[in-house]
Amino acid sequence: MIQVQGLNKWFGDHHVLRDIDLEVAQGEVVVVIGPSGSGKSTLCRCLNRLETAGSGDILIDGVPAPVEGRELARLRADVGMVFQSFNLFQHKSVLENVMLAPVKVRGVSRTEAESTARRLLARVGIAEQADKLPAQLSGGQQQRAAIARALAMRPKVMLFDEPTSALDPEMVGEVLDVMVQLAADGMTMVVVTHEMGFARRAADRVVFMDGGQIVETGEPNAFFEAPTTDRARDFLAKVLTH
Amino acid sequence: MSAILDHLPEFWEGLIVTLQLTAASFLGAAVVGLVITAMRVSPVGVLRGIGTAYVETFQNLPLLVLLVLAVFGLPEIGIKADLLVTAIVVIALYEAAYIAEALRSGVNAVSAGQGEAARALGLTFGQSLRHVILPQALRTVIQPLGNIFIALTMNTSLAAAIGVVDLTAAANRVNLMEAQPIPIFVGAGLAYALIAACAGFVTGRLERRLVMVR
Repeated sequence: MIQVQGLNKWFGDHHVLRDIDLEVAQGEVVVVIGPSGSGKSTLCRCLNRLETAGSGDILIDGVPAPVEGRELARLRADVGMVFQSFNLFQHKSVLENVMLAPVKVRGVSRTEAESTARRLLARVGIAEQADKLPAQLSGGQQQRAAIARALAMRPKVMLFDEPTSALDPEMVGEVLDVMVQLAADGMTMVVVTHEMGFARRAADRVVFMDGGQIVETGEPNAFFEAPTTDRARDFLAKVLTH
Repeated sequence: MSAILDHLPEFWEGLIVTLQLTAASFLGAAVVGLVITAMRVSPVGVLRGIGTAYVETFQNLPLLVLLVLAVFGLPEIGIKADLLVTAIVVIALYEAAYIAEALRSGVNAVSAGQGEAARALGLTFGQSLRHVILPQALRTVIQPLGNIFIALTMNTSLAAAIGVVDLTAAANRVNLMEAQPIPIFVGAGLAYALIAACAGFVTGRLERRLVMVR
């Protein structure tokens, strides 16, 4: 579904992604972990070209991701994204947030978009918040609304860029539950997160990044029980002791 | 006082022309300003350049100079337009630069994540601007736009200098007959103040109604 080959990215002199190769199969859930500044968010943002890559190829569903313009917009319509800071449209109700892109991008009728939106909001458990503004919702509810908004486009892939990092601890669970359910439903997902529990529970494969490189990749049980690289062992020792 | 009361029809006609100038040129300025803002924040470098050049040009020239240039320059290149129309167009183009800058500051106040979310959903640049960025930008710059409207109202009096008989010109004409500048121009000034007060009232209401919880 996603193929990344030889991806490099610089911010000025800072080499943030170094020769990244990554394949994500249809229906696979890949969890990307690693210390802050390891480039995992940048990698995630490169996949739908919110960040422009320095060099390398990105193929979505076998097609090279367009660099700009309408073709890029069409690609993004098929790639859902969930942000750390939710980024719900502040001036629109939750329902309108979910309806906007299907109506404007897909040309779906308003009635159809509304029934889809209400169904998705029910699926993520916030049906009764539909007519509120984002600011009136809790963080967890906002993030679930953002997931519903991305799902409304019927994406082939979902990208999650640290979806629970801005949440109060008691709200992390409700968002992760939605994501676990989504993974169980067969959605192809790339999840950048610090939630090791989620990685164990839902990942098909864990990708560990450090210093802009993929250091280790493996099936979650193997990775968490017996990481093969020192860097991964060191990282896990730090995050799993508490 | 009788200097004003005896000439109410002249004042009234002048006031109508001032209102026409104000309404038409503000409308034009809003449309052009919106286009310039879109150009200035667009991903296309050439468009950004044109937008910047537009704003720099019109903000760095006095309106009176532009009006005089248009009145004498346009016939030279074969364009003959009614004075009122010329004044409306020039004021609109001039004020558009200020509206564009106010709108752009509003666009900058919208967090980058809003545009990213819109693009990530597959909205084109134009669509994200129209449905996500500008509606939020507009809400934050209602007050500055109101100020521009008031400044524009006052600026329409410069049209008198090129022969448009607006409220200021009407007052001037009445004064030539009556030779009572103080009451006549205080009267005209009060009429302008009334327009400005209405604008202030409307922007205040709009701002309260469209306030956005973030």
